[in-house]
Amino acid sequence: MALQQIAGLKFPARNSDLVGEKDIVDDCLNASFNLQIPRFCDPVELLKQYSENEDSDVKIRFDHGTTTLAFKFQHGVIVAVDSRATAGQWIASQTVKKVIEINPYLLGTMAGGAADCSFWERVLAQQCRLYELRNKERISVAAASKLLANMVYGYKGMGLSMGTMICGWDKRGPGLYYVDSDGTRLTNYMFSVGSGSTYAYGVLDSGYRWDLNVDEAIKLGRRAIYHATHRDAYSGGVVNLYHMKETGWVKISQDDVLDLHYEYQKEKQ
Amino acid sequence: MECLIGIRGKDFVLLASDSVAGRSVVAMKKDHDKMFQLSSKLLMAVSGEGGDTVQFAEYIAKNIQLYRMRNGYDLSTKAAASFTRRNLADYLRSSTPYMVNLLIGGHDDNDGADLYYMDYLGSMVNLPFAVHGYGSFFTLSIMDRYYKEDMTKEQTLALLQRCIDEIHERFIVNLNSFKVKIIDKDGIHVLKDIRPTTKPPVEAEGTQQQQQLMDTA
Repeated sequence: MALQQIAGLKFPARNSDLVGEKDIVDDCLNASFNLQIPRFCDPVELLKQYSENEDSDVKIRFDHGTTTLAFKFQHGVIVAVDSRATAGQWIASQTVKKVIEINPYLLGTMAGGAADCSFWERVLAQQCRLYELRNKERISVAAASKLLANMVYGYKGMGLSMGTMICGWDKRGPGLYYVDSDGTRLTNYMFSVGSGSTYAYGVLDSGYRWDLNVDEAIKLGRRAIYHATHRDAYSGGVVNLYHMKETGWVKISQDDVLDLHYEYQKEKQ
Repeated sequence: MECLIGIRGKDFVLLASDSVAGRSVVAMKKDHDKMFQLSSKLLMAVSGEGGDTVQFAEYIAKNIQLYRMRNGYDLSTKAAASFTRRNLADYLRSSTPYMVNLLIGGHDDNDGADLYYMDYLGSMVNLPFAVHGYGSFFTLSIMDRYYKEDMTKEQTLALLQRCIDEIHERFIVNLNSFKVKIIDKDGIHVLKDIRPTTKPPVEAEGTQQQQQLMDTA
């Protein structure tokens, strides 16, 4: 390929006997079920030459800088995220959508590799829809998060990077699960994920009560992300805030952290 | 940083596990249950790598249930432990080994109460008491000192409380809550969480003199 020649990349020889000759249609339909091992032997080894290697001209830096949080309270779940994407010290974007709308009553957050999160949560959306069609009822948050955890566990050790929170409302009430690319799946009333998570936890833990009202909860979520973006260099941009209610999620607001900074400063005086 | 403790008493086994689920320096969940029910009188406590623990435990539990469905009766503790060990050992030299350490406690009609200790390399041993994790460095000597065969439930809980107090006293990581379950001839019983007893600070003679010197200087 022309691009390959210009960039000076060397792909290893393709072993067509490793992958069987199958229908393209078959592959597309079953893509998410079958374990799609790349056509070369060891994806970890291959990826090493493209990431963070001094010798290579091609460097892919995986972005982990982020702050995302979600917490349950008496009126549902608040989900708040920042919007900065960094490639090393470079700010690649200040307008990333880190909340993935899986369906009208399920939200997923993005931390780690952006492509990994958005791709796998899209596959999860497909699986959730199939569940609905087969069972004539909505999938529970526990089942949705278990599907995602099992899918990702199949690729454990192959370099996926994903730390996500699955939030929803089902017949058991508000649900919040943390799923990551090692295959861990946990449920709790509050999570924060990303490089700025420790700062967010500080504000969240000191201001949290189960019986917050909606307004107070929104303010708490927004405050926690702001404080994390203030201290963590890899978080920033805007705070995107969602509220998960019994009737589904609602996008509440999008606030630039710089504006929030001056607003909070004024409050202190 | 996880701690699993198992003690065999008179016709029962006590299993305790810390309830912190952590990711790097953050405690993500403080009431996490690391014990999985394999059958009505078999309990397994697991620790180790993130996804592997739950996936392996659920795999073993489902297979034990399958045996019951096919044959109409439960596997004995010894057989279930051997099955678990065989799986760990078989996967050890594959490309996806399970990095899990575990304790299996169970009760049979034939052998009474049994405790099995297994590690991620597939080694297994039947023991009167066992501990996994850094907690073992602090508690095994306490068990060696105070353990007796055929202790009652109260005595065993008192021994467990001593162990947890020592972990709280000397281990740098804060593990301040343990989930406790007992397996006996009537099945699996969940007990209240155990926390370290709060003790008043030690007023040693040396420390008072130091304080006086510092005040006058």
